Amino acid sequence: MSATPLLELRGIDKSFGPVQVLRDVAFSAHPGEVTALVGDNGAGKSTLVKCISGIYPTDAGEFLFEGKPVHINNPRDAAGLGIEVVYQDLALCDNLDIVQNMFLGREKRSGIVLDEPTMEQLAAETLAGLSVRTVKSLRQHVSSLSGGQRQTVAIAKAVLWNSKLVILDEPTAALGVAQTAQVLELVRRLADKGLAVVLISHNMNDVFAVSDRIAALYLGQMVAQVKTTEITHSQVVELITAGRSGNLGLATESGNGHEPADATPGALR
Amino acid sequence: MTTTVVQQEGPAAVTPAPTVGDHVRSYLARVRGGDLGSLPAVIGLVVLCVVFAIVRPVFFSAANFANLFTQGAAVTVIAMGLIFVLLLGEIDLSAGFASGVCAAILANVVSVLGYPWYVAVLAALATGVVIGLTLGFLVAKVGIPSFVVTLAGFLAFQGVVLLLMKEGTNISISDGVIVGIENDRIPPAIGWVLAAVAVLGYAAAQLLRHRNRAARGLVTDPIAVVLARIAGLAVLIGLAVLVLNQERSINPLITSNKGMPVVVPIIGVLLVFWTFVLNRTAYGRHLYAVGGNQEAARRAGINVDRIKISAFVICSGMAAIGGIIAASKDRSVDPNTGGSNVLLYAVGAAVIGGTSLFGGKGRMINAVLGGAVVAVIINGMGLLDLSSGLKYIFTGLVLLLAAGVDALSRRRSAATGTR
Repeated sequence: MSATPLLELRGIDKSFGPVQVLRDVAFSAHPGEVTALVGDNGAGKSTLVKCISGIYPTDAGEFLFEGKPVHINNPRDAAGLGIEVVYQDLALCDNLDIVQNMFLGREKRSGIVLDEPTMEQLAAETLAGLSVRTVKSLRQHVSSLSGGQRQTVAIAKAVLWNSKLVILDEPTAALGVAQTAQVLELVRRLADKGLAVVLISHNMNDVFAVSDRIAALYLGQMVAQVKTTEITHSQVVELITAGRSGNLGLATESGNGHEPADATPGALR
Repeated sequence: MTTTVVQQEGPAAVTPAPTVGDHVRSYLARVRGGDLGSLPAVIGLVVLCVVFAIVRPVFFSAANFANLFTQGAAVTVIAMGLIFVLLLGEIDLSAGFASGVCAAILANVVSVLGYPWYVAVLAALATGVVIGLTLGFLVAKVGIPSFVVTLAGFLAFQGVVLLLMKEGTNISISDGVIVGIENDRIPPAIGWVLAAVAVLGYAAAQLLRHRNRAARGLVTDPIAVVLARIAGLAVLIGLAVLVLNQERSINPLITSNKGMPVVVPIIGVLLVFWTFVLNRTAYGRHLYAVGGNQEAARRAGINVDRIKISAFVICSGMAAIGGIIAASKDRSVDPNTGGSNVLLYAVGAAVIGGTSLFGGKGRMINAVLGGAVVAVIINGMGLLDLSSGLKYIFTGLVLLLAAGVDALSRRRSAATGTR
């Protein structure tokens, strides 16, 4: 495990009008690791991801990227740092083929003409690098792909740009059993290649299958960020639903809080 | 072509080079999967030609063949512009009368004000661009559905034409260049040169692409298929030029009438130019992306509003060219120029050619093939001396049939295969 996290957030606050959605959130993602971000609906997972990817500005807090403080004001800043987000509803165009989708908005050109051979080659190399062998042809329209294959293309698209941090928003939500396994394998491979991966999921089996760390949000607070090996299934569920589990999570009124060494409690300053 | 470093390592995720048989099979699979492309238009064209040729043998005369081009030209050009708007899943109902407004401006500038032809043409094009900017702004920035915006335009432009025509008079055009677009012919020898340039240009583009891809170890179409495409185009263009170069005059000693109409190469150039824009530039790619999934395009950093406005500008600009061609054909402009069923014919041409009304699917060649079908229908029904009532009914049914094919093929296209 590397000492400095690739991305470290400290004391992030975010409000929409009178509603405080994120309260003093600390979060870190390490290269070569899958960090699962869990929490109930409305816990602030999506908001946190949108803050990281520059869609929402934060009200307060620090961003550290590779140990250095950075400011992410818009999605372009995030992309410039190497942060890519794979959205739940797959931002792919059905009427374009795999290569066209992977390079959408960032096409390679020679002069004013699109440089199709170079794009096709880069796409093929990226897919090969991820050991993807399920697609028949790169010139296949995305409409003809299965859900798992689409997710694969969406993930490959995020990897294409030498990204360092890939955030996956519920990548297995709409998939069957075999396809879920396929995508999770790909997620694991991304981390093994040295990328920092953040996986948002509701599915505890997925979380325990691939993640190295689990970060749990409860009502806008980061209640725990612990190694997956140091926590049980039911503890995570308690953290998600109640915000605390044993000595993990939010402090009770009487005050407690001896977290495991690696944990990052939400109240940490 | 830039020379990039050639990677020795072949892509791992590709299949071995397809043979001619694979190519045919994958095409058949695509058709079965609902990706019909221009197939209905080609079949329709053949069927219609055979029927009309049997019923009225004069249909297959050289003179009538030339008529098809001049009769279909304006509708084809307007359909080309409409395809840009249709690709986005929008509609432009005002394109017909927009062409009328532009033709009226042209006639006023060249005949009433007496400026040279190029000033008039530029004024007409500028009018088209302004119309497109207005429509595009209202659709993209204000957010009014394009159906409503352009329906309003349909009514308003009809009024503008009436005002420009001083309540219904018609303005005749005597300028040789403008009238010549539809009424002059290119000398047969130059016709052959143009045909050769077109075929050689296509062959060079296809072969270069094939070589370039093969050199990089990418999957290519079999060379036999590439050569067959080139040969097919050469035969088609060769036959067309051969027929168009026949003497069409009844008495050649008085007036000779042979060679392709000037409008034919104009349509050819527009076809090549816009095909290039759609297939080979980032702008074209973004247009398809917005038509396929607007949200995905937005997230990919594409300026969706700008793409939408530009599509309406191109559509109205092409309508202006269509208006100029219509004015040239009639040698005059009247309040009905671009009116009645010009718009329906143009939308019909695009849809019959294979452009989807649902957005994201369509090519420039669709306008030409669909325009040919429309021209054959108009021409053939004219030869059959049908009553106008029957003509309207028949044209309406053909449009409905084309839209039906589009809707049904869309339902099947979930299983579309490789491109």
